[in-house]
Amino acid sequence: MSSEDLIGRLKDIVGDEHVVTHPDALRTYESDGLTFYRAMPRAVALPATADEVQKVVRACFEAKVPWVARGSGTGLSGGALPVEEGILIALTRMRAVLDIDLANQRMVVEPGVTNADISKAVGPDHFYPPDPSSQIVCSIGGNISENSGGAHCFKYGFTTNYVTGLEVVLSDGTMVTLGGKELDRPGYDLVGAFIGSEGTLGIATKIIVRIVPSPEDVRTLVAYFEDMQHAGQTVSDIVAAGVVPAAIEMMDNLSVRACEEATHAGYPVDTGAALIVELDGSEAECKTRFEDVMELCKRNDATDIRTAGDDAERQLIWKARKAAFAAMGRIAHDYYVQDSVIPRTKLAEVLNRLDDLSDEYGLRIANVFHAGDGNLHPLVLYDGRNEGEAERAEELSGEIVKVCVDAGGSITGEHGVGVDKKKYMPSMFSEPDLDAFQRLRCAFDPSGYANPGKVMPTPRLCGEVPGPYRRHPVEKAGLAERF
Amino acid sequence: MGACGRDRTTLRPCGHGTKAWGRAGDDPDLEIGTDKLDSLIEHNAGDFTAVLQPGIPLAAAQAVFAESDQMLALDPPLAGERATVGGVVASGDSGPLRHNFKSARDLVLGVKVALSDGIVATAGSRVIKNVAGYDLAKLYTGSFGTLGLIVEMTVRLHPRPPGSATAVGHASDPEALAAAASAVAHARLESNSLDVFWGDGAGRLLARYGGAEPGLQAEAALRVMEDSGVEAELIEADAELWERQRNGQRSTEGVVVKVSALPAALPAVLRAVDEAGGTVVGRAGMGLSWITLSGPAGEGGTDWAVGAIDGLRHRLDPYVCTVLDAPAELRAEIDVWGEPEGPALDLMRRVKERFDPHNVCNPGVFVGGI
Repeated sequence: MSSEDLIGRLKDIVGDEHVVTHPDALRTYESDGLTFYRAMPRAVALPATADEVQKVVRACFEAKVPWVARGSGTGLSGGALPVEEGILIALTRMRAVLDIDLANQRMVVEPGVTNADISKAVGPDHFYPPDPSSQIVCSIGGNISENSGGAHCFKYGFTTNYVTGLEVVLSDGTMVTLGGKELDRPGYDLVGAFIGSEGTLGIATKIIVRIVPSPEDVRTLVAYFEDMQHAGQTVSDIVAAGVVPAAIEMMDNLSVRACEEATHAGYPVDTGAALIVELDGSEAECKTRFEDVMELCKRNDATDIRTAGDDAERQLIWKARKAAFAAMGRIAHDYYVQDSVIPRTKLAEVLNRLDDLSDEYGLRIANVFHAGDGNLHPLVLYDGRNEGEAERAEELSGEIVKVCVDAGGSITGEHGVGVDKKKYMPSMFSEPDLDAFQRLRCAFDPSGYANPGKVMPTPRLCGEVPGPYRRHPVEKAGLAERF
Repeated sequence: MGACGRDRTTLRPCGHGTKAWGRAGDDPDLEIGTDKLDSLIEHNAGDFTAVLQPGIPLAAAQAVFAESDQMLALDPPLAGERATVGGVVASGDSGPLRHNFKSARDLVLGVKVALSDGIVATAGSRVIKNVAGYDLAKLYTGSFGTLGLIVEMTVRLHPRPPGSATAVGHASDPEALAAAASAVAHARLESNSLDVFWGDGAGRLLARYGGAEPGLQAEAALRVMEDSGVEAELIEADAELWERQRNGQRSTEGVVVKVSALPAALPAVLRAVDEAGGTVVGRAGMGLSWITLSGPAGEGGTDWAVGAIDGLRHRLDPYVCTVLDAPAELRAEIDVWGEPEGPALDLMRRVKERFDPHNVCNPGVFVGGI
């Protein structure tokens, strides 16, 4: 099938106006939230229904053209980066809430529904816990792809803990239902295997999520410390005391300064570290535990503690933290975001190492830290206008990832591997580990058309097709090689 | 494992053999016992994680975690303290704590697995937050040894509640008991467990609380139960009560059928139990129930049980009824899984083929004869 034939078929399926081919219009889709990487797809198809998704995917399969699925495009690892000359399947028109089943605490939604709209549909009595910072725009389909967490995931968990069923279109156009509204349906947990697979196993067209009752009470404080070590010790003490905070976030001095400049939330710019602790649950439980937390902050020499008296004050405390990435523009021309995870008890050791690296490279590193689960977001600050600085920053960024993996951690806690971190995969996984991943991939997508070139450091094909050798389209695009 | 794959020797990973579940079929050529893989490799108390080998009894691991006031929030019935962590994870077994802490799939952070072509692979990580690579830990949890042998796993731990208290409601009307269960499930309380028991036309609802103020939360739950019209009481020495709930998931004499339903189907499940003359324990907020059927012994017993299971499946359709504990002759007579069909089963077969290409890992016991 020629390129024109495929585009003609896509137009037949989704309608002329929902196939984008003009180069100017395609620019919108050339990257996701990580604009560092760009690629131009041959066309963007915007299906409106699961049936149309299935037909689009099948048309690509028959034309032997790889594709990439995209939600709201907020991802930070280049996971939705198009394949050059491939098809981008944007799911933003699929925004229907199909079922709200409060009795059973389930909702059925289409992939384009935003994360925040799920909670909004069942609030204020219920909510959907995973809450990535981009929740107002990011789509649940993208959350499935990345297994998104959020500030509250230490207590509540991630996307994978709240999805019970999926309708998925596989790369050959087969539609398959995995799991359901019920728990523990017999068979392999393919819902669990699919979530976090970064669009490489298929496209979720229907998603069943579990919602939970909203907590009776929420209490928030921010405590300031002389340095990160004192704040870190406080976190350890809180967790060791058996408290499971809904959220627990640390910022270092550089981050506080940037955030304060951007938001005027009232953080002292000379503090060594700020620690936000939020508790939720029953009123009795929150009251007792909040007192425990205050006591532990004081015991670790907190220089000041500010508690949120009402929701507005709570929002203000969070405003600074949530602005952290964007606020870096106030103190640096450019920055690299990392998403490494460390065992929380290694915090002091890792921060010392980061200080050394910062000196060695002559570049500043700001740290914002999901302290409960050890997800460090080191931000390497640089000025791309200076000759060679961008390269140095990238190199430093890689060194940081290595330090975190060596400390027993992970290369990514929530942003995903995508294209951005696939080069780091071998630092965490051996060849046999990657081989095991490839087996799953091949069970779902033997053709390799679903989001090729992502996640795996050197993607492989799944086995020979009988008959004379022909170059696979993914091979032609330089995205995989035969072994 | 590699030798088995090479020689086409069928094998069954086995802990202490406390769960003879799945399809009955030919015995494998070899049982690979995990008895000697029984170490607690790491307990990182500060990080609330642990690395375990599969053969360690769950009770033994819990005893170590308890010294640091921690627990692995998995409390399935332990079959006389013998059930191993590997067996619990490979069978996806769970207990009442699931209401708050979810299940094995949610608590296992990473696995190291030995495949039948001799490869040893790890997936996941040793930290509680990680999205690098595919989540094979979930694939292996509940896979009944059909994809290989789990040789190591990393788990997330939780603080062990310093105390507990339980509100218990009593009712002899399935609708009333279910309404009270629903009211507690939707209340702004943090129940660690929310269970029902039903038998002989009457039952109870149990809501358990931990944390710093279990008594106050249990009192609030008691009021919710009373407001929805059931009589309720508060029990602080509640350990035995919950031991009974856990043990209600198993039976050495009878037949246990696990129902994967939805919370709103609870009245239908309770009526089906009355009809079949059995008893049931259930996770009221999760829609999961374990029904114990007790019929005559011997050959007549098998016929009776086949009829009773068919009856349950008919009454509870479309919910899946899986047969767990049952004599081998009964498991040979019926389809224990109430299995999935169509594209999902095809996909499961493809997964099996990729991970166990020679079909030597516990063949035939799983859904669709996998």
